[in-house]
Order: sequence, then structure tokens, then C-alpha cells
Amino acid sequence: MSAPFISGTTAIFEKAKTGGRSNAAERSDPVERKNAVIVGRRAFLQTGAALGGGLLVSMYVPLAAKAGNALAAAEKNEFAVNAFVHIGSDDIVTVIAAHSEMGQGIYTSLPMLLNEELEANWAKVRVEAAPVDAVYNHPVYGMQMTGGSTTSPSEWVRYRKMGALARTMLVQAAAQRWNVAASECTVEKGVVFHDASHRRASYGSLAEAASKLTAPADVPLKGAKDFTLIGKPTLRLDTPSKVNGTAEFGLDVHLPGMLTAVVARPPVFGGKVVKVDASETLKISGVKAVEQVPSGVAVIAEGFWPAKLGRDKLNVEWDLGANANLSSEQMFREFAETAMKPGLVARKVGDAAAALGSAAKTLTAEYDVPYLAHCMMEPLNCVVDLRADSCEIWTGTQFQTGDCAAAAKTAGLPFNKVQIHTTLLGGGFGRRANPASDFVVEAVEVAKVAKAPVKVVWTREDDLKGGWYRPMWHDRFVAGIDAGGNPVAWTHTIVGQSIFEGTGFASFGIKDGIDAASVEGAADILYGIPNLQVDLHTPKIGVPVQWWRSVGHSHTGFSVEAFLDEVAFAGGKDPYELRRTLLAGQPRMLATLELAAQKANWGSKLPAGVGRGIATHFSFDSYVAQVVEASVGKDGAVRVHRVVCALDCGLVINPDTVVAQMEGGIIFGLTAALKSEITLKDGRVEQSNFYDYPMLRIYESPVIEVHIVRSAASPTGVGEPGVPPVAPALANAIFAATGKRVRRLPIRASDLVGDAGAKS
Amino acid sequence: MTSFFVNGKRVEVDVDPSTPLLWVLRDSLGMTGTKFGCGMALCGACTVHLEGKAIRSCVAPVSRVDGKHVTTIEGLSENLTHPLQKAWIEMDVPQCGYCQSGQIMSAAVLLAATLKPTDTEIDEAMGGNICRCGTYPRIRKAIHRAAELAGERRPK
Repeated sequence: MSAPFISGTTAIFEKAKTGGRSNAAERSDPVERKNAVIVGRRAFLQTGAALGGGLLVSMYVPLAAKAGNALAAAEKNEFAVNAFVHIGSDDIVTVIAAHSEMGQGIYTSLPMLLNEELEANWAKVRVEAAPVDAVYNHPVYGMQMTGGSTTSPSEWVRYRKMGALARTMLVQAAAQRWNVAASECTVEKGVVFHDASHRRASYGSLAEAASKLTAPADVPLKGAKDFTLIGKPTLRLDTPSKVNGTAEFGLDVHLPGMLTAVVARPPVFGGKVVKVDASETLKISGVKAVEQVPSGVAVIAEGFWPAKLGRDKLNVEWDLGANANLSSEQMFREFAETAMKPGLVARKVGDAAAALGSAAKTLTAEYDVPYLAHCMMEPLNCVVDLRADSCEIWTGTQFQTGDCAAAAKTAGLPFNKVQIHTTLLGGGFGRRANPASDFVVEAVEVAKVAKAPVKVVWTREDDLKGGWYRPMWHDRFVAGIDAGGNPVAWTHTIVGQSIFEGTGFASFGIKDGIDAASVEGAADILYGIPNLQVDLHTPKIGVPVQWWRSVGHSHTGFSVEAFLDEVAFAGGKDPYELRRTLLAGQPRMLATLELAAQKANWGSKLPAGVGRGIATHFSFDSYVAQVVEASVGKDGAVRVHRVVCALDCGLVINPDTVVAQMEGGIIFGLTAALKSEITLKDGRVEQSNFYDYPMLRIYESPVIEVHIVRSAASPTGVGEPGVPPVAPALANAIFAATGKRVRRLPIRASDLVGDAGAKS
Repeated sequence: MTSFFVNGKRVEVDVDPSTPLLWVLRDSLGMTGTKFGCGMALCGACTVHLEGKAIRSCVAPVSRVDGKHVTTIEGLSENLTHPLQKAWIEMDVPQCGYCQSGQIMSAAVLLAATLKPTDTEIDEAMGGNICRCGTYPRIRKAIHRAAELAGERRPK
């Protein structure tokens, strides 16, 4: 998901809204949670209601008030002051996270937002995943989901407001108990004080009374100058559970009587099963059944190992279908041919053709990037307990509303009979917000034939060969440079598959045939070039594609910034100074660029053989500039020594998380720049595990320095914007070191040795 | 029947002796702190200790540990007091956290053998552990910090 689309609704959302939720509270949670900090899901919900302006304020009748409810009895000492915060009689405050934790730190930043206003004792604050309910819908996207680097920007107001409402009600409860005016009461660290009468009461002792009060219509929020938690480096709440093995990911969920399945999927996208010979599989001890499902053949067993051994022994005849001849090599050739023709115009400023005709100099370059897999460390998995009238799902998902709707459809149940328990995600990067809910739908299909609770596990091979890749893209540029060395014309033709086409998001992701994800970071460049044209070709290819950390920016960041470096060189300009000139009308990016350059000592001497490259990129409403120092060995091996990153993401909630996301984004981007690609030959994906889809290792990881621009603006994205600038900054550093231009990723040693490779 | 010790406790499992230790830990014993990442000893997520040495449990048949002592992340300390756990918390190392059990188990073997590891020694010991979230800079810092903490704990 990406920045241009944070408005509008979708068909899935409509379904979800009309579906509603009702009796989630009556379900028990069969998974015994073992985690002290991230407590297990408890359901406190009645149907939520949306009020105007996207802010949802729903108050809930505490379950203790409902007679005969076993769950309520078990939890009678905890009170839902509202849908976003529960307070126990033991003063433990549980913040309900409407978004999924996949490493980005929101299980800490959301509680920070809420507690800034609630003012409970931070040491007593816990966090728990929200169940699926419309009240937890993303305030901007209108669905329950995590993506687009939007958690902090979209929850910036709501979570603080929920904390303020809860605090107001706790104070009201104290005032009523003491028969004093609420205005005479103060709060500190989870205690309400009435100084005049020397009385005090803890939040825990007031929670039950507070939960029976009517919430005020609105409450004022603190100004930034009064923040005591927001902006302070705060240790993550989830770390202890992640260093002693107790953190629960989807793969760790176990239900009584549960079976495990692996699925043999077609070797070519769109292939179908013709015939299955399972005779050898069924001889393996522990294999319970082999069943055909729409996505392939499921081997269902008592545990992963017999299931996997069983799949190895399957003999499946496949109808390979229409995609059996797909080849990356040929597609790149076709993309390059297509790029010579004009496409649909995504952006037009001035008259680029005329300006090219009169330019002192023109420059042309083409760039290629491959399909990429998200390759989360935790392979996809999903646990389903399907009953005649209900379906319970445990999985690490970024897209609860879509998955719930898709599971309901697959199971033939109403939306409100499906519940998803969101576990921690062992990485997401977009893959777990699947527009077709592929891994959830498949698991429900397997559950239908397993006739027992079942966990479907993907192997690493399944993950890499399973599609839903970052698209491959070809970018062709022509620039016109005037006699002074400045770019006066810029044309950019993009060729690549649409991510939004065919998804429930198509109606707002695609306008007039232009998929905004294909041209983001290209059609909206911040550089002041007077004549600009960006056009797009969208070939249809039978390889499923998806948003991948930073989405379209993952290719436009590279191509735009690498080409701008070529333009600077052709015009005899310093690449930093040219960017400064072109950003004269963009004060925030200019300041970010200058900070990065200053911290990196731009222009200072480097050791022999080391080159320095610079790039900026605006994405998810954040401004990032990076400077890379790198060298290239005689064998073409690239070594990245240092990356200096500057970022303006508005007001910072947890500075340490922001730094961590920049570090992680840079390493994620370097892996794409240096290591990995998904290629097809004869319709088959050629990569299968980490030996041929390698990741950056610790010994290849550079020194990374992150500098945050101080800002009072509203928070903007952090999870993704660190990724796009690092590949071009590296490519530009390689040029500075070797005189060789990098025009395709991943960077190949063979392009950098001897006379190989492209030169400016 | 295979019998071995996990975190000091004797266990018996009735599985095919070729079953990888990883799946015995996870599916037979319900000890899910040890993670599955690749199944080919390429990523290190499944790292445990066998008689004090780091092994990749995804490729170690359970027959290999018969009668021997295995330590998993759950056995590193009872209450988050191992210097590596303290340093990991202090440096806020994990992001998604999925690879961190393996990272910490690899680092524990390094620290047991090397009181004050250099960056090069860290690179060598940790090179087999992948982190997709990119926590490497913090892993490096946290190992140095854990070495300090362990030093403070040792009698002078």
C-alpha cells in the first residue's frame, strides 16, 4: 500500500461493514498464551459504530454485566473503558492494537500514544492484538489492516483521544466516589488525586465504575510541548518475549487435535492438477490424508515433518496452462522494446519533447529491476479451526478485514461467524496483506477437507516460488541538458505490471488506466525540472504481483536517482549541488538532503578506491536522503562501508523505532541492490532457498548512521521510506569509485570488472 | 524411542530417528522458541546448542542427540538474566523477532568461548544467521554490550 491511496473505500470494506460483528465475546480462546507482556486476546466487543471524520469512539458494556458468560466471569476483574483500553483491578492497563506488529514497533508506539493522555504507570502497560471488528478499522483506509507506513500517521489522533477519554472517565469516577468536582482532581502515573481532601485512588480501583459512565463527547488533547512520553526513546514492550522464546508467531500456534498440512502447488503460475498418485505418500507414518484443494494437493499429517516427507513422495501430473513459456530474459527484452513507444501519460509538465529538441545535450539511459520475493523469516502459515457454524483463524496477517471476508466466503459462513486471532508477524513487508488472502483462503480450503483443526505451513521453497512478487520493471529516461549543465527536459517511460489490477483496491488505485503504484516516486518527483513527462505501459503477465516494502518507490527510487546522477555528470555538476539547485522549492527535502550531506562530510577526501554516492526520495509523505560510501574489488565484489541517512518524518513518536526502521530499511534495500532476484525460465521460478535467493549477512552490513530532522509537523511514514534511496546512492557511489554505471539490479560483479558495464 | 536432555530435563520421543531435532522440539515437545526458516541450515533461525556447540536443528536428525544435552532459547536463563538477553533488551535489538532466538543462541556460543569478541569474531560467529529486518548493527552492539555485562558478572 502506498501514500497516494490513503483515501476512498473498497468493495471489501463495504462487505465488512454490512457484515458487522456480534458475538465474538462468547468465544473462548483455546490457545494458552504464555507471554507476559503481549497478553492473549480477550474479546470485549459489541458491534462498533463509526462516527464522523473517521474517528471511531465506541463504548462497550463490560462483559461482567452479562449474566452467565463464562469468559466474563473469568475476567471479571478487568474493565473495558473503551474498545482500545482495558484496565484491570490490578492496575494493569491493556492497550488494544488495531494494527499488526511485524517488527515496525507499533506494539510500543500505539500504547505510547494512548498513554500520553491516559497517564497510567508505563510499567503497567501491556498490549494485545485487536480481534476483527469494524471499530478497529484503519481510520483512513476504512478496513482493519496494516500497511502503507500509515499506522502512526493514521492513529496519531485516535489513540491519544482514546487515552484522554479513558482518563476523563476515571477522573469522573473518582470525583463521584469522593463527591467532589472532577476539575479539582489530578492524575499521575495511574493514580487520581484530590489534594484538598488528601484522597487518592488507583486507576484499577476506579475502572469498574468508570466503565459504567457515559463517555464525554470530546476531550481536548495535550499540545506537543506537554508531551512526556511521545518523543522519548522508549524500549519496546515486545522485546522480552522475543529474547526468551515466548513470543508467539502464527507458526507457534497449537490447538488440541491439530493436524499440519503442506500443499504441493503447481510448478507454473496458473497450473492445475490433472492426476495425483499418493500411494507412496500414504505409506509414510504420520500422514493422515492427501486431498486435492483448489491451489494444489494438500498432504495432511501429524506434524510438519511427515507432511513434508509425504509431499516429497507425491506424484502429481500438472496441466501447466498458459504460463509455461514465461521467461524473465524474454520479458526484459519485450519491456525494453515496449519502452520505445509512448505509453499512457501519468504526468506532464511543460513540453518535454520540444525542450529535448532545443537542449544543448541529451542523455538516454535504461534501467531494469527484477521480480523480488518478500522472503519474511517466518514462512507463511495459517491455523484454521472450521466448525459447522464458525471458523476461527490464527495467523500473522496485515489484512484482517479482507482475510475475514475471504475466509467467510470460502467457508460459506457469514462474516460475523469468522474470527481472526492476529499473532505476531515474523516479518510482513506487504506479503501478509495479500489482496486475494491467498494463504488464508488456502488454509480454509484445507480445513474443509482435513475435518480437524489444521495448520498449513509454507516451506522457504514454497515462499520463494509462491508468487505475489514485487513486479519486474523497466525504466527508460531521456533528459535534455542546457548549456549551463542544468536539466531542462526529463522523460521517463515505465514498463511493468499493475499491482492494483484485479484486486478489491483497483477502483481507487487505478485512474484512467494508470496504476498509481507503478508511477509513484516518478510522476511526483520533487525536483524542479521545467519540462517533464512520465508515461506508463502496463503489460499483463500471469505472475501474481504485490506491494513489497516501499511498493513502486522500490524501483522509481533507484531509476530516478541513478539517472539524475548521470544527468549531473553529463552537465558537469556535483550530484549533491545539482540536487540542491533542483530542490530550491522543497524546503523539507532540501533540509534533509543538506543534513545527510553535512553528516557524511560530502566532498571530503575518501580512502583510495572508495566512492561516495547520494540520493533522496520522498515516499509515504516522508523525506529521506542517504549517502553511501562503497568500493569495488578487482573481482567486481562490492563492499558498502558506510550509509548516512537523514529523515524528516514529522513529529517523532519513538525515536529509537524510527532509527531502527531506517537501519532495517537500508539493509532491506541493500539486499535488493546487491543480492536477490526472482527469475522465471520455462514458466518456472528459478530460485528456491537462501542459497540462490541470498540475503545480506552481518559481515556485509555497513556502518549506518541515522539523523532525524526535528519537526513539529504531523507524523508521516517510517516503515518503508528508508528503502528507496539506498540502491541509487550505492549505484552512484560505485560510479564515483569506478566510473561504471549500474543500470540493473541486483548489482552484478560481472558488470563491474575490467571493461564490462555501462559508462557515462 | 529417542531419549535426550533439553535444558537439563530428560525427554523421550517416539518418532522416526531421522526426524530433524527442530520438529521434535516444536511439534513433539511444544517448544516453539526455536524457529523454522529454511530447512537447509542456511539461515540459522533454528540454532540450538548440542553439548555447548551451536547446531542447526533443522538438519540434525534426532538420532544425533540421543543421550546428549540440548539447550534451546527457553533454557538460556529462567528470568531474562543472561547477559545476551539483557543486552538485547537494552539495545532494543529485535524488530519482528523471529530470527532472534537463533541469533542469541549463536552469540551465546561465541561469548562462551571468547570473553571480548572483536568485530571480525562477531562476523565469523554470526555469519550464518540471517535477519530480514536488518538488525545486524544492533546485534553487533548488543554482543559487545553482553561481553561487558558478562565481564562485570565474573569474579575479578
